[in-house]
Amino acid sequence: MTQTNDVSAMTFIDPHIHMTARTTYDYMVLREYGVVAIIEPSFWMGQPRTSAGSFKDYFSSLVGWERFRAAQFGIRHYCTISLNPKEANNPEIADEVMDLLPMFACKEGVVAIGEIGYDEMTPAEDKYFGLQLELAKEVDKPVLVHTPHRNKKEGTSRSMDVCTEYGVDPAKVIIDHANEETAKEVLDRGFWAAFSIYPKTKMGNQRMVELVRQYGCDRIIVDSAADWGLSDPLAVPKTAQLMAEMGIPAEHIRKVCYENALSAYGQSGEMKETDWTNPPAVDQRQLYDGNSVLRGQQPVTDSKELASLLIE
Amino acid sequence: MTSSTDILPANISLANISQANIPQAKALLYRWLQQQIPAERLAWLDNRLKQLAEKGAADRLLFTTFSSVPRYTTKADLSLTDADLREADSIRAGWLPNGWSLDQAGRTLLLLSLPDKAAESYQASIEKLFSAADVSEQIALYQSLPLLPHPHLFVARAAEGLRTSMTAVFNAIALNNPFPGDHFEQLAWNQMVLKAVFVESPLHLIQQLDRRANPELARMLSDYAHERWAAKREVTPELWRLIGPFLNDQFISDIERALNLPSKEQQLAAAIACAQSSLPAAQKLLSQHPAAKAEIADRQLDWDKFSQQYLAA
Ligand SMILES: [Zn+2]
Repeated sequence: MTQTNDVSAMTFIDPHIHMTARTTYDYMVLREYGVVAIIEPSFWMGQPRTSAGSFKDYFSSLVGWERFRAAQFGIRHYCTISLNPKEANNPEIADEVMDLLPMFACKEGVVAIGEIGYDEMTPAEDKYFGLQLELAKEVDKPVLVHTPHRNKKEGTSRSMDVCTEYGVDPAKVIIDHANEETAKEVLDRGFWAAFSIYPKTKMGNQRMVELVRQYGCDRIIVDSAADWGLSDPLAVPKTAQLMAEMGIPAEHIRKVCYENALSAYGQSGEMKETDWTNPPAVDQRQLYDGNSVLRGQQPVTDSKELASLLIE
Repeated sequence: MTSSTDILPANISLANISQANIPQAKALLYRWLQQQIPAERLAWLDNRLKQLAEKGAADRLLFTTFSSVPRYTTKADLSLTDADLREADSIRAGWLPNGWSLDQAGRTLLLLSLPDKAAESYQASIEKLFSAADVSEQIALYQSLPLLPHPHLFVARAAEGLRTSMTAVFNAIALNNPFPGDHFEQLAWNQMVLKAVFVESPLHLIQQLDRRANPELARMLSDYAHERWAAKREVTPELWRLIGPFLNDQFISDIERALNLPSKEQQLAAAIACAQSSLPAAQKLLSQHPAAKAEIADRQLDWDKFSQQYLAA
């Protein structure tokens, strides 16, 4: 591949974005900036759920409505399924949610068990982390590990220890929300290191460029972790652009903003490049209203359509 | 409220037309799968279906098998001959699988292979699948409805399915599917047709469209046209197909307006609607469009020909 500073023809995957909390306008803009596929991890919703039924409906919407909504904008939607670490602390519902997981883990487009791991490193979090690692092995899926905001360094090390203890292959585990303090250990131990470009609380753009300069592009993944908070759904394309401007080679950008996510989550057997470059005819008819998704490298929406959405 | 039985000819019983011959449907689906997928993949399905046919098979087996079908069948389209389609229609009137994919055929075969003697437990199993279905699973489930045993137990489910925001799921129920026409009460039927208009699904793909036309629906569609026109938007010419049989002093002005629109489709559709009515005012309007009138009289223009020529996707 030739080196270029132009990322406008590149396509991207955002492998961590909570679209349930985002508007349809975000989908249009994502596609406009070259995002062809996204992964929506199961997480908490900003406030605790009080019944297992809420989880069931949430999982159903991830494999149902949200997948359809994304397709309307030419974006392929995947998801991960889990009881998240925060709500693992709610004994009223945790076991019932665990019973729901096998029902959803084998659905089409479910690419991992996650986000699992630690929030406060309580005994309850330990218990459900372990049980879900067992489930991941049983259904042969990759694992997406959420590392805590507080006490991150210890939480990250311990998460990897637990994965190893349970006999989960590091090559099938994505350690997310990594930073300068945790990157080296994650990469040295053979795990995938994902970085969430999230203003103020997680990673910044420029720091990310320096990390890629320092560690190269192997097993490094960039995502937005965009949700209901002050986050940026365009974090992946923006970071790619910044990398290009700061002299990171195009093939490295492609790896960290597209290929690595595909390799890591593709291990599920549920995510293939042809899903968006050449989807089965039945998907084209039913999900994309007969439109081919990618249409070469051209974004589905042009700025004129974008403007008309704003007005009407 | 009118039930669909009221408008059927007295000598046809509802049971005959709205119930599939299930063993034959299974055999046909199996034959199609056999023609297109390798034996070792079909063996996986055989094995799972055998386990599921046993009483008391675990829910987890049901869910994982139903979800895994595309991994073994692929999602390629079913390739069917005209003879296949005729056979399908003879097993279940209106069964039209020509837009189906292999995984949908496999999933339908699974639904027909579950123990079905006890109606309520059969219904419970199917409802469980609905309650956690992804997009493709919902489509497969809804388009299987006309083939399922105990169809009367799934009428509410079909009506519920129409409330979806996913057009593809809505279409799986509303289009190319005999279930709504056979089983819906008028209220559900009218809501379905009205929603099809709103989501811009082609009405001519709704089975029994003309048989189930009714004055209340005509009134709803006329109101809809007025709303659209007030907002300076267009309406589908297919509206006139459902208003034509019930033309009265009120609706005739809608037809007149359509006849005077610049669009040829609007003019032709409005002309056919006039020809459907014995109202003198309608005949008079039609006379003002002698070319269309002659085509209709020569049987060169009717709703089927109109749909083929102007609405084909
Ligand atoms: Zn997250």
